[in-house]
Amino acid sequence: MPDVQSMVLEFVNKLRKRKIEGSQATARCTVELLRSVISHHRVPHANQASALIDAVKAVGAQLVAANPVELAVGNVVRRAAVAGLDLLDASDDDEDVNGKGIGYPAMSAAVVAAAARSTLRPPSLQTLLEGTPESATAPYTSSSGADSESKTADKSSITRKLKHDVIEGVNQLIHEIAGCHEQIAEQAVEHIHQNEVILTLGSSRTVLEFLCAAKEKKRSFRVFVAEGAPRYQGHLLAKELVARGLQTTVITDSAVFAMISRVNMVIIGAHAVMANGGVIGPVGVNMAALAAKKHAVPFVVLAGSHKLCPLYPHNPEVLLNELRSPSELLDFGEFSDCLDFGTGSGSPLLQVVNPTFDYVPPSLVSLFITDTGGHNPSYMYRLIADYYSADDLVM
Amino acid sequence: MGAQKKGGARVSDDSEEQSRQRLQAILLADSFTTKFRPVTLERPKVLLPLVNVPMIDYTLAWLESAGIEEVFVFCCAHSTQIIDYLETSEWRTHPNLVVRTIESHKSISAGDALRYIYEQQTETSQIQGDFVLVSGDTVSNMPLADLIHEHRERKKKDEKAIMTMVIKKSKPSLITHQSRLGTDQLFIAVDPLTKQLLHYEEDKVDHARGSVCLDKSLMESNPSVLLYNDMQDCYIDICSPEVLSLFEDNFDYQHLRRHFVKGVLVDDIMGYKIFTHEIGSSYAARVDNFRSYDTVSKDIIQRWTYPYVPDINFGGNRPVKLGREGIYRACDVVQSRSADVGASTVVGYGTKIGNGDRILNSVIGSGCIIGSNVVIEGSYIWNNVTIEDGCEIRNAIVCDGVRIRAGAVLEPGVVLSFKVVVGRDFVVPAYSKVSLLQQPMKEDSDEELEYADSSSGAADRLSGLSLEMESKGSELGPDGAGYIWEVCEGAHDEEWKHSVAPIPEDKLAEITQAMDDYDDMEDESVVPTSGELKSDADSINTDVNDPGDDYGYFEREVEGTFLRAVEEGIKVELGVLEINSLRLSYNMESADCAGAIFYSMMKLAVDTPHSSASELYKNASSIITKWKGLLGFYVKQTDEQIEVIMKFEEMCQETAKELGPLFAQILHVLYEKDVVQEDAIMRWAEEKAGADEADKVYLQQCETFIQWLKEASEEEDEDDDEEDD
Repeated sequence: MPDVQSMVLEFVNKLRKRKIEGSQATARCTVELLRSVISHHRVPHANQASALIDAVKAVGAQLVAANPVELAVGNVVRRAAVAGLDLLDASDDDEDVNGKGIGYPAMSAAVVAAAARSTLRPPSLQTLLEGTPESATAPYTSSSGADSESKTADKSSITRKLKHDVIEGVNQLIHEIAGCHEQIAEQAVEHIHQNEVILTLGSSRTVLEFLCAAKEKKRSFRVFVAEGAPRYQGHLLAKELVARGLQTTVITDSAVFAMISRVNMVIIGAHAVMANGGVIGPVGVNMAALAAKKHAVPFVVLAGSHKLCPLYPHNPEVLLNELRSPSELLDFGEFSDCLDFGTGSGSPLLQVVNPTFDYVPPSLVSLFITDTGGHNPSYMYRLIADYYSADDLVM
Repeated sequence: MGAQKKGGARVSDDSEEQSRQRLQAILLADSFTTKFRPVTLERPKVLLPLVNVPMIDYTLAWLESAGIEEVFVFCCAHSTQIIDYLETSEWRTHPNLVVRTIESHKSISAGDALRYIYEQQTETSQIQGDFVLVSGDTVSNMPLADLIHEHRERKKKDEKAIMTMVIKKSKPSLITHQSRLGTDQLFIAVDPLTKQLLHYEEDKVDHARGSVCLDKSLMESNPSVLLYNDMQDCYIDICSPEVLSLFEDNFDYQHLRRHFVKGVLVDDIMGYKIFTHEIGSSYAARVDNFRSYDTVSKDIIQRWTYPYVPDINFGGNRPVKLGREGIYRACDVVQSRSADVGASTVVGYGTKIGNGDRILNSVIGSGCIIGSNVVIEGSYIWNNVTIEDGCEIRNAIVCDGVRIRAGAVLEPGVVLSFKVVVGRDFVVPAYSKVSLLQQPMKEDSDEELEYADSSSGAADRLSGLSLEMESKGSELGPDGAGYIWEVCEGAHDEEWKHSVAPIPEDKLAEITQAMDDYDDMEDESVVPTSGELKSDADSINTDVNDPGDDYGYFEREVEGTFLRAVEEGIKVELGVLEINSLRLSYNMESADCAGAIFYSMMKLAVDTPHSSASELYKNASSIITKWKGLLGFYVKQTDEQIEVIMKFEEMCQETAKELGPLFAQILHVLYEKDVVQEDAIMRWAEEKAGADEADKVYLQQCETFIQWLKEASEEEDEDDDEEDD
């Protein structure tokens, strides 16, 4: 247990110091941490599932507080809680003790949430609507559901089984996060056609895999990469694309509008997808989206399911941006005389703002490609409701 | 010495393997200066809040994230406070960073501290290899791992490379140094290839002369030397264990830079070397005085120190929310609707801001209560401060628990120490430092001493003082409490330098002026000065930049020299020497010299009493005869001879009209004495042929002479021809 505690602390520390960044990396680390939290958690006799969920949520709250900007952390924690809830749903149905205790994530809350969730998401409707693409999640829900259903009869063996099942569910989640690139990349050929010109901004592994998958299928096309100042991750992406034999052109961010008329499609990777279908992406993305809209170029966003966030961007808690060090823009040595506080009024005349993210409203997005297939922005809320329990939204 | 050396070497050998894994740092939690007095009488400097977080947390958080695993915090003054703080902070249980404290009350300087650690070392051998030496007031986000690696690699190749010093580029102007960190300009010389530090000059740069003195041997032993004046010392050093033993050997080393670095560089102790490392985009600065406290605070607010900024929880601090325009606000701040909280402001937890307040560019701590219509600009208000209605606070530091009664005004640069009470409507004068403690009567002669005695007894004295306060605490108005410290003699002018207040206009003008002077000096120093300037040199300095006047001065100088030579009967050779030195100091051509000398000669001739033109002619020709050697020295070229003729012409027209009629005759003398050659006269005549009638006066005068010259030369040619045939 102290072992887990120190692991949590270490991860919290890394998040705070911004040593782990990027939704993919944070999601993977979070879910692996949660797995060990669950496996080390000593389960009490009563209310095992909800105790587990509480433990997960407690850790999750710490992680989210450490770096609220990494929305993927919160997403993964919620998903893990849902994995527990699925079991709770089945196992604790008969002992529905306090159905009225709505509101707070105490022990009872999970139960209420489960109830709420089952009304929100009847399994039959889900399978009906989503059909085949739900391959990643469907087996796990059904299997866990089936498992726990069979276990309801035998209460004594539940304790052990329950934990095992939850871990199984979390493993599924790990698998899903790890595999989301391939799932998305598989759809590449349907979207990228011969001799097209694709524009992307910044660097995203999902985008890289997506483009390469199309290349492997013998599609020949060209890629414009906007460099993504001030971190210039576009340069890295261009390097990788060229290494894989793709025809690549690097442009400045400010040249996006100039080049957009030659572009057939804009493909970007998201940092997070909000419940309304809005996208949080690297800074400059909104500009690219507006340019695409102006020239009626499809604006496609690639997002693994761990990036789907159940929050709405009108919530001030969510729209936070990360302002990074101005040294990425300016050389401190060169500008130190402009940052002079000892003269004049004492306030520097030069201010440097270096935001990391941009918000793209849903109206500018043409299509989302997630690991479950392509979706409209207006459909995102529904997709998100499938993954999360309504009660977990506020952690 | 040898034994010590061996001892140092042994330590590093033993720990060769261990040091691979373990990165250690020594953090000096004491600055050993008195710059933060009176605040540091009651609380150690490293615990003073910098944007609401104790300074030491910045340093520790940075060391931790830079991969340091063990930190030795050396506490001296107020050691119990520091240890208590570290015990209760989250550093005690930190998974990646072990914080150990070393306590010593006897140390009065960084040198003593390191010596103490060295002594401990023999018993415990805590320091196992290379270590990072920083002071507890360093704010940085630079990565250290690569730097330490670099240091170790270098150490492996070169046993003598014992230290790597971190430097950072900053704008190379006096103003910036002064206004940013309140430090003097730094001059360093570095070998551009190896980055070895060759020269370090911090405080004794002679601005008056605008020069730095480099040792001659520096140039001899190094093929190239790079001089910087735009570097800032970050006071972050990577040291090998030898550094500790060096301090032990040289027991008089006190200051890290002034003594140790100087010592290693100048005295060349055992051939030890110091290297430098320049950091690019990362931030590093040290809070050394109130001015740098202000600057570093603002850098933090402007996020140069990212990720060590107020909205990120980096080490036990409660993060506050960042809003627009760089306003950081804790979530439970109670702010009146009519209050105006401006840009670059931080407001801590539980603070109440009243109606009509105006707050700009300031940092306000937790639990403060601010009344209505208060103005706070560019100030640092620490925790639990009460400010009543209508106060005005500009560029001040207000410590914990201070109470400022209604209508009081703090002028720029004021520092209010803990729990001071400012009376109603009292105006605290600019740059004053106020404390509940009385100023120590006589400062010890050693300025390096920081609370040798005050460390332990501060609390006791505080309680003792409160009694006294009843009777005599009214220096801050009738209902106030606290003593206004007197500024020590001589330091008064310096007060503005290290204060949080912006540098006043007039001082700024002074510095700029000094800088301009300095630039002027540079211009002058471009003129190569060989030999001494003459006695009446002050006339030169009045304005050296105007080239036209320059010649005038030069001419006068030459004249003076010439007259003296005539009077004292100085030999021609010596005269040449003197004129030469003048010529070099004024950067003149030899043609100018020729002109000037000839002018002096003619002037002398004219000034010599004479009754008729023939007498004047005699004078002139005798002078020419006597001094033709001097003149001849400068008229070896035809151009120079022409210059003489032109000068003569000019004189005849303007200053010495008497000479006019004698022009042809004197020219003839010059020709005869071989001062002027035939060629020169012919060319002068050719040049003049095209001029106006007025200019031709002297040409006409000389017509017969020139004619004669022409014929003579033709004859000569003919002779030559005949001979050739």
